[in-house]
Amino acid sequence: MGNYSSMLTQYDIEEVQEYCNNLFSQQEIVSLYQRFCQLDRNAKGFISADEFLSVPEFAMNPLSQRLLKMVDGLNFKDFVAFLSAFSAKASTQQKVQLIFKVYDSDGNGKVSFNDILQVLRDLSGSFMSDDQREQVLTQLLKEAGYSRDSFLMLDDFIKVFGSSGIKMEVEVPVD
Amino acid sequence: MSGSEGKLSSSSSELDLDRPNIEDYLPSGSSIHEPRGKLRLRDLLDISPTLTEAAGAIVDDSFTRCFKSNPPEPWNWNVYLFPLWCFGVAVRYLILFPARVIVLIIGWIIFLSSFIPVHFLLKGHDKLRKKMEVFVANHTSMIDFIILEQMTAFAVIMQKHPGWVGLLQSTILESVGCIWFNRSEAKDREIVTKKLREHVQGVDNNPLLIFPEGTCVNNQYSVMFKKAWLLVFWKAGAFELGCTVCPVAIKYNKIFVDAFWNSRKQSFTMHLLQLMTSWAVVCDVWYLEPQNLKPGETPIEFAERVRDIISVRAGLKKVPWDGYLKYSRPSPKHRERKQQSFAESVLQRLEEK
Repeated sequence: MGNYSSMLTQYDIEEVQEYCNNLFSQQEIVSLYQRFCQLDRNAKGFISADEFLSVPEFAMNPLSQRLLKMVDGLNFKDFVAFLSAFSAKASTQQKVQLIFKVYDSDGNGKVSFNDILQVLRDLSGSFMSDDQREQVLTQLLKEAGYSRDSFLMLDDFIKVFGSSGIKMEVEVPVD
Repeated sequence: MSGSEGKLSSSSSELDLDRPNIEDYLPSGSSIHEPRGKLRLRDLLDISPTLTEAAGAIVDDSFTRCFKSNPPEPWNWNVYLFPLWCFGVAVRYLILFPARVIVLIIGWIIFLSSFIPVHFLLKGHDKLRKKMEVFVANHTSMIDFIILEQMTAFAVIMQKHPGWVGLLQSTILESVGCIWFNRSEAKDREIVTKKLREHVQGVDNNPLLIFPEGTCVNNQYSVMFKKAWLLVFWKAGAFELGCTVCPVAIKYNKIFVDAFWNSRKQSFTMHLLQLMTSWAVVCDVWYLEPQNLKPGETPIEFAERVRDIISVRAGLKKVPWDGYLKYSRPSPKHRERKQQSFAESVLQRLEEK
């Protein structure tokens, strides 16, 4: 039928599938492509920040501005790669990696006290004072064997999250 | 007059308070406060529930689904049917479509030639009208109005459209008492509210038809009723205006054509063209039992009950969204609610040992 799904050839699907380490089935990729085209209203080949925010459930999310920096302007391949961390097949390490990236907003590979504080500010808004946030974080870092001045690396994150899995799964609707 | 105005504004502020919670409708993502116990660094760093919600919204969300044109239902296509299909196209475009255009034009000529004299002759002579009723229907396309208008001359409240539709609105439809508004102008809303009140109070006016969703939805979902409309039919249901609320459910059969007008993708002319070149537009209309306000019911509860009745009859899925989110962003209130619950759980768990 003349709609989008036919615009994605079998070759394209396999390429995207390989790019995201086979974390999505072919049907899921076709389904994600339809969603991508739906959000990319003017068929520019990427989804703009404004278009992401046109989804109210996303705009309402406390971390939406932070996530926008990660997803703004992604092409379809990178869009799928971003979402692949949410696949049920993705490893815990991959999920931790994504969480780490959200904290590491400047992308320098390490997360400082301030980085965590900023995420905490997004999450709690005006319902916690700056002092409260600092106090909570200082205390918890100390209990986990870190200090205010230490930088957390990806390995630290993996250690902190431990082997207990993270529940971070999103099902792609396939019709 | 001033008394009723005071009442109107007071009840509109109370409307804000008991608006249903969006969270009640959404699938609640696994919340942070689930595993109780002492807060550790891991719990604080674990933003996976929030991320899952965000990614879930990117992959699929109930709001966008309301305004998605649905692909035609596939049928058993094979090459032997191709000549038949071609024949169908020829019939639809070369016979049905011109025939419909001719009927439309002739209809217009007859209508206009009698409308103009009658319009002047009958002024002040239309006391034969019956009791006021407020009809409330779900909205899929502008042709909803045309379909319902077959029953009686409704006065409808609609958005002012540009182009030839706008011309039609301001000339002909004005005479049946239709009321226009402009979505972008805030001041327009006041004028509409005023006009509305006048219309409802006038005894000899046409029954009022409102599409309280305020925007076209794809006939599979139903979005929240707009506040302004809500007030009108709440007052009607409370007999304050001396009239009743009649829910109307409209369900289109997509067998030949999808009647949803996706105003972002096509103009009304294109939409009409699409409908007029199809085999037929099939739809079911149910005029449901008139509803009145139950004792102790708030405007929101009443509106939700009416929405329920319509949704059940037309087989629509209810979603908690305001249809105007197509044009604006959700209020920060919802985000704040999430932030509040996060902050509370962190502070609470910090004290636990």
